[in-house]
Amino acid sequence: METKGYKYFTWFNNVFLILLALACLFPLIHVLALSFSSSSAAAAGEVMLWPVEFTLSSYEYVAAKSEFWRSMFVSFQRILLGGTINFLVTILLAYPISREPKEFKPRTFLAWFLFMTMLFNGGLIPWYIVIKEAGLLDTIWALVLPNAVPVFNVILLINFFRQLPKELDEAAYVDGAGHWTILWKIYIPLSLPVLATVTLFSLVMHWNSWFDGLILMNKPDNYPLQSFLQTVIIQQDLSMITSGDLEGLSEISDRTLKSAQIFLGCLPIFLVYPFLQRYFVKGIVIGSVKG
Amino acid sequence: MRSSQLPLYLMVIPGVLLVLIFSYGPMLGIVIAFQNFIPAKGLLGDQEWIGLDNFLYVLELPNAFRVLWNTLYIAILKIIFGLIVPIAVAILINEVRVMSLKRTIQTTIYLPHFLSWVILGGILIDILSPSEGIVNMMLGWVGIEPIFFLGNNSWFPITLVGSDIWKEFGFGTIVYLAAITGINPELYEAARIDGANRWKQTLHITLPGMRMVIVLMAVLSLGNILNAGFEQVFNLYSPQVYESGDIIDTFVYRIGLMEAQYGVAAAVGLFKSVVSCILVSLAYYLAYRFADYRIF
Repeated sequence: METKGYKYFTWFNNVFLILLALACLFPLIHVLALSFSSSSAAAAGEVMLWPVEFTLSSYEYVAAKSEFWRSMFVSFQRILLGGTINFLVTILLAYPISREPKEFKPRTFLAWFLFMTMLFNGGLIPWYIVIKEAGLLDTIWALVLPNAVPVFNVILLINFFRQLPKELDEAAYVDGAGHWTILWKIYIPLSLPVLATVTLFSLVMHWNSWFDGLILMNKPDNYPLQSFLQTVIIQQDLSMITSGDLEGLSEISDRTLKSAQIFLGCLPIFLVYPFLQRYFVKGIVIGSVKG
Repeated sequence: MRSSQLPLYLMVIPGVLLVLIFSYGPMLGIVIAFQNFIPAKGLLGDQEWIGLDNFLYVLELPNAFRVLWNTLYIAILKIIFGLIVPIAVAILINEVRVMSLKRTIQTTIYLPHFLSWVILGGILIDILSPSEGIVNMMLGWVGIEPIFFLGNNSWFPITLVGSDIWKEFGFGTIVYLAAITGINPELYEAARIDGANRWKQTLHITLPGMRMVIVLMAVLSLGNILNAGFEQVFNLYSPQVYESGDIIDTFVYRIGLMEAQYGVAAAVGLFKSVVSCILVSLAYYLAYRFADYRIF
């Protein structure tokens, strides 16, 4: 059935795609290998995909830095607080807006009210001024409240709620259940996979955000991890991590240290990746090509 | 018998308030663009209104048009390759018959999407370094002189587009693969009976089957013509590549937050927001007309 030409194609195609996948992984593995290598091996260009002169010194050095742990703590605080607020606000907006207009008159208005924010925004400067004047600078709330309403997630959940069978809540009405009960006892249990999707969206967003931390926190003590890493890895602000005491240490260099921090910065993403992959794919498909 | 609407009103209050303050607040805050804004007086304070002076000031800056050009150039290249590459890769992935291989490839190419530009910026700065980066080391093996990808104005935009595609192409394949999965298998059956080979099947069944999604993605990407990718550029650029890599968003950041010329920066931001708003609205309208796409 299949021709010889097609067999060759399949072979080339598989090899090509494997190379493409490796191209996505190699830079990450290379940096990981660097982080476990000695500085001299890294400087001599001996490190490819496997550590040379294996050492944990870079990690020990980073682990001894209080700035690193402090920013890690801010990040976890942000994720916990931001994730919870996102979760609650998303559900509480999606349920009423998913009702028919005859059940909840302002539904259409509210849908447009949210949609408008996807069309137009005030831009960076007015955004910054508003947060500043709200007195949120240098507080954890500056990282949480402006991001409290993930509009895309709300829309995803509205669309999901709307395709749940109407008979379910009709029956609950008859039994005398109010909206809170219906939301809590019927809608939430039925939408656990979608809720997992939007929660992961929001957790990853909070973990990966760095720019707001950078400009909304005046004191580096308040930086979340990604903002801290931005100053250390990208701006090469050496004052923050290598306070001149690198000279005496032969095993580590600026380069191996950065590699170690890069790896630690994406470690949580790697850990949740199996879930991410499963739910994100589902979410993106529901979100972009819905019936 | 309907239960009371009151709980529904109570539910939306927190979300509506937050959106009002942090999304609509800044929309009203664009008045800064028409003021000689002094932060100490506050948004509602007695600011001096100066009409279009901020806009005229920007137009006289020597690099204003350079920045606009860079933004368009980088963004349009990203849009074009951001469409073509995922479509091509999705079609190729669909041809993989070994299921475990197919899944492994997918899992791997989605990964870079989930890492922040701080992380990827750090990685790129290391591997692209002309002195010790692994990429230039490998180029050296085949006798190519080191290339300063992040410091040379002819290479910088190419590096931006290339690394953006590298980060996002895998994730971009998801919607196309979903579209391919939705194609009726009987169509392929019929084509095989008519003697169509794999290539003909791709050309006459797979591609037409993806047509709607391709149109939709193309139309929706229209809204990104002024989005050259702030997070990426901010982490990769340096003064020596401002000429080719400075974009509207980085320009606004430097004028506004570094030099504290709030009014001027807000004016540039307003220009971007208005143009983007028109483009995004047009994109949604076209998507609605031609792909029957509705957000709600």
